[in-house]
Amino acid sequence: MTQHVSPPRDGTDKTAPAARRPSVWHGLTARVDVRTLSLLGVLAALILIGGITKPDEFLDGRNLQLVLTQASVIGVVTVGMTFVITSGGIDLSVGAIVALASVWATTVATQEYGFGGILFTAVAVGVGCGLVNGLLIAYGGMVPFIATLAMLASARGLALQITEGRTQIVTVDSVLSLGERDSYVLGIPPLVLVFAAVTIVGWLVLNRTTFGRRTVAVGGNAEAARLAGIDVRRQRLYLYLLSGLCCGIAAFLLIVLSGSGQNTNGNLYELDAIAAAIIGGTLLSGGRGTITGSVLGVLIFTTITNIFALNNLQSDVQQIAKGAIIVAAVLVQRRTASTT
Amino acid sequence: MSALTSRRGLLFGTAAVSAGALLAGCTSNEPKSGKPATSDQPAADDKPGKPVTIGFAGPQADHGWLNAINENAKNRAKQYSDVTLEITEGSNDTATQIGQIETLINKKVDVLVILPADGKALTQVGLKAMRAGIPVVNLDRIFNTPQAYRCWIGGDNYGMGLNAGHYIGQKLKDKPEARVVELAGLDNLELTKQRTQGFDDALKNYPNIKKVARQAAEFTVESGQAKMAQLLQAQKKFDAVWNHDDDQGVGALRAIEQAGRDDFLMVGGAGALSAFQAIKQDNSVLKATVLYPPTMAASAIDLARALGQGKGVGGLAEYEIPASITLYSAVVDKNNVDQYMSTGFR
Repeated sequence: MTQHVSPPRDGTDKTAPAARRPSVWHGLTARVDVRTLSLLGVLAALILIGGITKPDEFLDGRNLQLVLTQASVIGVVTVGMTFVITSGGIDLSVGAIVALASVWATTVATQEYGFGGILFTAVAVGVGCGLVNGLLIAYGGMVPFIATLAMLASARGLALQITEGRTQIVTVDSVLSLGERDSYVLGIPPLVLVFAAVTIVGWLVLNRTTFGRRTVAVGGNAEAARLAGIDVRRQRLYLYLLSGLCCGIAAFLLIVLSGSGQNTNGNLYELDAIAAAIIGGTLLSGGRGTITGSVLGVLIFTTITNIFALNNLQSDVQQIAKGAIIVAAVLVQRRTASTT
Repeated sequence: MSALTSRRGLLFGTAAVSAGALLAGCTSNEPKSGKPATSDQPAADDKPGKPVTIGFAGPQADHGWLNAINENAKNRAKQYSDVTLEITEGSNDTATQIGQIETLINKKVDVLVILPADGKALTQVGLKAMRAGIPVVNLDRIFNTPQAYRCWIGGDNYGMGLNAGHYIGQKLKDKPEARVVELAGLDNLELTKQRTQGFDDALKNYPNIKKVARQAAEFTVESGQAKMAQLLQAQKKFDAVWNHDDDQGVGALRAIEQAGRDDFLMVGGAGALSAFQAIKQDNSVLKATVLYPPTMAASAIDLARALGQGKGVGGLAEYEIPASITLYSAVVDKNNVDQYMSTGFR
């Protein structure tokens, strides 16, 4: 079912003239398949709707900065999630890890260490939680759904214990200023640069490295992967570590963006990230993953939210429409994918 | 598997352990100075009387305001030598909270103070306590029937909106075609609807003012930042914003700062310490906040003590405490912020 959309990794290259081209270019052309095109179509339609309903507010450089900034936190989480789903797993703990990392990194004690302390703590907590997830799943033999559900509960609990329900306000200027207009690079917010960097690295790792190929292989058929000499358990451990790392980075971005840490942070990120990845064309059963699709999925969601807010539609309408758009996007994709 | 024993593995392991050790030192959240918010308004009758055991059951303190509720209750009880407070572990689960309250009933506490996670769902256990002869002080989230409590004390969500609207109305009353936006709280909650209703009703008194936009956040900093950023992009020019909740206001202020806007005034809600401090410093758009005071928990302890000792409330002529008390949502601005500073919650 999947083979006819994603080209085989070996074999076709020998006959195709494209084999002599630089590998990155070849990868780009191969990846722009019908699914990606249909996603771009959805995004274009949204931009059209936004441009017609609110031309002055929507088609505006500041709005582009806004949409991309709002997309960066969940975007980084989704890149990690895409890897996990591609390997046939699931990570339900991402939102809780973001919450825990963001509160741990903004306690009074951590803030005394300044910028470095906050960044280090956020990333280390993310990686630490990912490590626990990975060990439980890869070596403890737990089902990913259960292991990460347990992590969700305990990380949220620990976050609540640290904050006692309080909002921890960041007072470190170097962290705060990163989210303000003065530190934009050529008009691009630093958060968006981090999001772009994570996306590019994620794309390269998934499509251009042995690690990426192993991830796809484990997701496609773990037993076959094992017989082919892949250390499946170690691969799984690394994947949850990677997801944890992404959560840590996202937590830092969220601290910069909101200027605070709160145990309610990252609420329902797991669902947003999974939805974006699935809409993007990553198979929930594993074996196929696309970073480009996931990022487009995130951008579609963020653009929808933006258009609704600009048109002053209330949250009930927003939620109904969001659900409808998820269904529509997936249906359109299935159609276009099966007719080619 | 071999990686676990390899040098790389060892290095990684050492790094992880030392990172963990470093991190563990970072969970402390105690500020260098500052004591918990104690209310220093005089109690109705400070003279020790008949000993009273008060059972207190509240929801999980997962929000600054709820945390302040617990602290207010505890600190108030400590001020009385004749009060023993039996406080339960907070829970948002209805079944768990019912169990905790039944335990308190079985322990035969003298009075119960209950802040239900869900008022409607806990009505039955309130009734049960009343029937067992234990008077109930229902705190804030109201039971279905007055039979389930002896006294209800709580905040005024409609009044919050009303007072916020009047404050903004007074500030803008001489400005032709003034534009106002609203950053609401969680739309799933009835209290959000009441706050918006009060706000709209107040604004009707000022025909020159028009509410041009409303977006609902989720009482979290993260959602406050996101929704306010969108509102700022949608409305290039407006004169005032009312934000329902100071916690999400931290995010809203952050978005305003990030957008570099200062051409309007902002009014908050609830009464967080950070909001009080910003109002006092007077260097941001936040000029006032309307209270939803967590000191109501301290007052609930006062009421419970009076009930247990069979007294009325000092300052009123009645022999009994009232059946219902709705607190006033005072507007705190630069002029009176010092008075309220100690009640601010973090």
